[in-house]
Amino acid sequence: MLAPAPDRGGPAQPLLEVRGLTKHFRARTKPFAPPKVVRAVDGISFSVAKGETVGVVGESGCGKSTAARLLMHLMPRDAGDILYDGERVGSTLPLRDLRRRMQMVFQDSYASLNPRLTIEDSIAFGPTVHGVRDAAARNLARDLLRRVGLEPNTFAGRYPHEISGGQRQRINIARALALGPSLVILDEAVSALDKSVEAQVLNLLVDLKTELGLTFLFISHDLNVMRFISDRILVMYLGEVVEIGPVESLWAAPRHPYTAALIAAMPTLDPDRRTMTAPIAGDPPSPIDPPSGCRFHTRCVFAEGVCAKVHPVLAEVGPDHQAACLMAIPGSGHSGAAA
Amino acid sequence: MTTPILTIDDLNVRFSGRRTVHALNGVSLSLAPGEVIGLLGESGSGKSVTLRALMRLMPRHAQVSGSVEVAGQDVLAMKDAALARYRGRTVSMIFQEPGLALDPVYTIGHQIAESVANHEGVSMIAGRARALEMLERVRIPSARTRLDSYPHEMSGGMRQRAMIALALACRPQVLLADEPTTALDATVQIQILLLLRELQQELGMAVIFVTHDIGVAVEICDRIAVMYAGRIVETGTLREVVRDPRHPYTQGLLSATVHGATGRGRLKTIPGAPPSLDRAPTACSFAPRCDRAVPPCREAVPPLYAISPERGARCIFAREPERAETMA
Amino acid sequence: MTAGIETLGAIARAEKAPGYWRTVGGRLLRDPLSMICALVLLAILLSALFAPWLGLSDPYQGSMIRRLKPIGTPGYPLGTDELGRDMVARLIYGGRLSLLIGILPVVNAFVIGACLGILAGYAGGATNSAIMRTIDVFYAFPSVLLAIAISGALGAGILNAVVSLTVVFVPPIARVAESVTTSVRSLDFVDAARASGAGALRIMRVHVLGNVVGPIFVYATSLISVSMILAAGLSFLGLGTRPPEPEWGLMLNTLRNAIYAQPWVAALPGAMIFAVSVCFNLFSDGLRSAMDIRR
Repeated sequence: MLAPAPDRGGPAQPLLEVRGLTKHFRARTKPFAPPKVVRAVDGISFSVAKGETVGVVGESGCGKSTAARLLMHLMPRDAGDILYDGERVGSTLPLRDLRRRMQMVFQDSYASLNPRLTIEDSIAFGPTVHGVRDAAARNLARDLLRRVGLEPNTFAGRYPHEISGGQRQRINIARALALGPSLVILDEAVSALDKSVEAQVLNLLVDLKTELGLTFLFISHDLNVMRFISDRILVMYLGEVVEIGPVESLWAAPRHPYTAALIAAMPTLDPDRRTMTAPIAGDPPSPIDPPSGCRFHTRCVFAEGVCAKVHPVLAEVGPDHQAACLMAIPGSGHSGAAA
Repeated sequence: MTTPILTIDDLNVRFSGRRTVHALNGVSLSLAPGEVIGLLGESGSGKSVTLRALMRLMPRHAQVSGSVEVAGQDVLAMKDAALARYRGRTVSMIFQEPGLALDPVYTIGHQIAESVANHEGVSMIAGRARALEMLERVRIPSARTRLDSYPHEMSGGMRQRAMIALALACRPQVLLADEPTTALDATVQIQILLLLRELQQELGMAVIFVTHDIGVAVEICDRIAVMYAGRIVETGTLREVVRDPRHPYTQGLLSATVHGATGRGRLKTIPGAPPSLDRAPTACSFAPRCDRAVPPCREAVPPLYAISPERGARCIFAREPERAETMA
Repeated sequence: MTAGIETLGAIARAEKAPGYWRTVGGRLLRDPLSMICALVLLAILLSALFAPWLGLSDPYQGSMIRRLKPIGTPGYPLGTDELGRDMVARLIYGGRLSLLIGILPVVNAFVIGACLGILAGYAGGATNSAIMRTIDVFYAFPSVLLAIAISGALGAGILNAVVSLTVVFVPPIARVAESVTTSVRSLDFVDAARASGAGALRIMRVHVLGNVVGPIFVYATSLISVSMILAAGLSFLGLGTRPPEPEWGLMLNTLRNAIYAQPWVAALPGAMIFAVSVCFNLFSDGLRSAMDIRR
């Protein structure tokens, strides 16, 4: 792969800092009706430290994939700042340079590879864009194939439809690594794979991370995967961050009722301890006209009158652990909150 | 033991086209009335093909042999009229994508009422009454107004409930569920699983539940059949299979899932990938990926070794408990 | 180490998998129906091209005494037309003009329509609206009327027929090109290419063109038969070729009075048009399935 970008700000400087990232779409629900605003991503802020894996979890419509595309600058954002290693993207850090340092692996392993290009050509494409000569780019592609566990002589000349889903996802990982990025966004990268293949790819990701000193932003709806791979977890609900914290404390003591519900909704592996009641009822509401106050109050078992009026902001609930729930904010007026 | 409601005996399905695929290779399975069996397997294992064979939803280029008997009827020999009565009345099916399985141009109420009127010969008004009853049964809020909703006006979870209502409206004896919760959000998935569990107990139907997710199978099944490369490689009660898997593939699958695994470590994996099914297997299909494989594994297809009545595995080591070092 | 990789690379390049179009070609070669159609088309095309060297009688040389001979007349295996000209010669020579005005407009329209459609599909937004709404204007007229109107305005003649048919075929090809490009553009691999920092032109060249040209080409081949029939229609109306040029549509026109006297002879030019269009249609179907290399 290409030489990784130098570490500028030192280890204490967050690799990625996101402030107030916002994206609203306009959607017409009925013909001729005035368009409504879809609050896909609504002012999210977080940071990713160098070398850590931050997991982003949430259900459909929570905005996690939109957030990934905003971070990759694949769509323009409405508001918010994205700082990469302390530099503002677009001003001090040109977009083209960001592309080399931040890469993405998509969920659909087939759609994310050009069906007309050989695997070697797909991986070599990125480096040639950044001025690597054709032959050198091919050698680099072969080296990367070896790194992701695929024999170059067998795979380099094949086409995406000739190989399995797990192998394709390895190719996508190799392609993302070809530019020598420090940060890799994995958008549901293992969700479409069979369980045994999923485990192989997760192991590969863990190995590559230590080997190359990568930082991951791992988006998934699967809490089992999240728990395995993440250092910190960020929980999203209807375009907002509702809880963020280290995986152990979040698992042991989730402070937002939604996080607790997500964990409780996981199917068990113990035949004697089957889930008896669903932790929450109903489907996630649509991000078009989200509920007032706390967006989760329509499904929350602890909801009180105040929850429909006051919009909770992220508050410290423990070391490095924040939650956006009125019960976690002292004096918020909720009976569950400290006075 | 009671007479089974459903018996599959030596079912073989082969698709021939540009490429030949031996999708099912001698699948045998029986299901007691009121029993929930989980067909567990990865993509290409043949679990969905088994369901489609049961519904006789097969493409024309499929060659099917073996026997399938449901409620005393020979399914593979049915003529069109009998087949129409059989589908929906004796056996019905729910799918992974309710958005694709429901007809977008009719309201939910109309679709259920029509199915009831069609199968039971009652009026559309009686059918509509049944539709309302079913929508209430699957706990769709304000069911009366939802009768006149179109599928696209409902959320994913509601649509799945509506499809369950449609499938159960004619009180089938057997329900075939093809990954019905895979496309749903986590908090919705558990609601649907609980609903299915409840309805199954209330109505007493038998269920074949196809899934790739062991956790989902644990939540709903009484018995599990693990499929690999078009064959059932292990069967047993849920507890037996989950606690004491005897086939190396099941063992690998159970330790390869990331359930309960917490960071930093490595996951146990099954090396390699499933075989292509372009030729009929002549040996144990799992042998190339198996760390216990011995020469006999590569010479003949292992028979189903019985471990106890109702429990067996297609592995020559099936009668030995799992080796200590493969335990997680 | 580097040397090792180089040699490995050289070995592997030697045994590199066949390219996409070669794979498609191989699949097409194994499809008997497509091959029969291709051979028939090739035979018609070659005989039309080399007509002067085939030892045929003069297609313009008529004779009042041997008008409308039936099929099987000695010396005139396919009979003679209303002016006593040899039908074999006229049908083979007729292929020259008929194929020209069948294929040339589609080729022109393919180039123009594909450019417009790909541009509209890739640019999206206002550019898309501007191009596609302009093209929609042409949909307001039935294609036959449009062809007749343009030909009528420009006057009779082969060149004008080609121009008018080109105008007729640009909108449908552009529309197909636009929809294919829009769908390819939304695939993740285009986003992945953007994420690697590639500019629009490079993405268009490497990732978009290869994936859209195929489907547009298949659609265009299916238009050749339509073009031949429209061209025949123009000639029939006197707007395309002029007598005494041999051209199938025109021949159909001039022979229509003989339909009661020699129905089989009168039907021959129609049969040629029919055969060629069926072959083109079946061939484009075969091409379509050969290009779907996933199956």
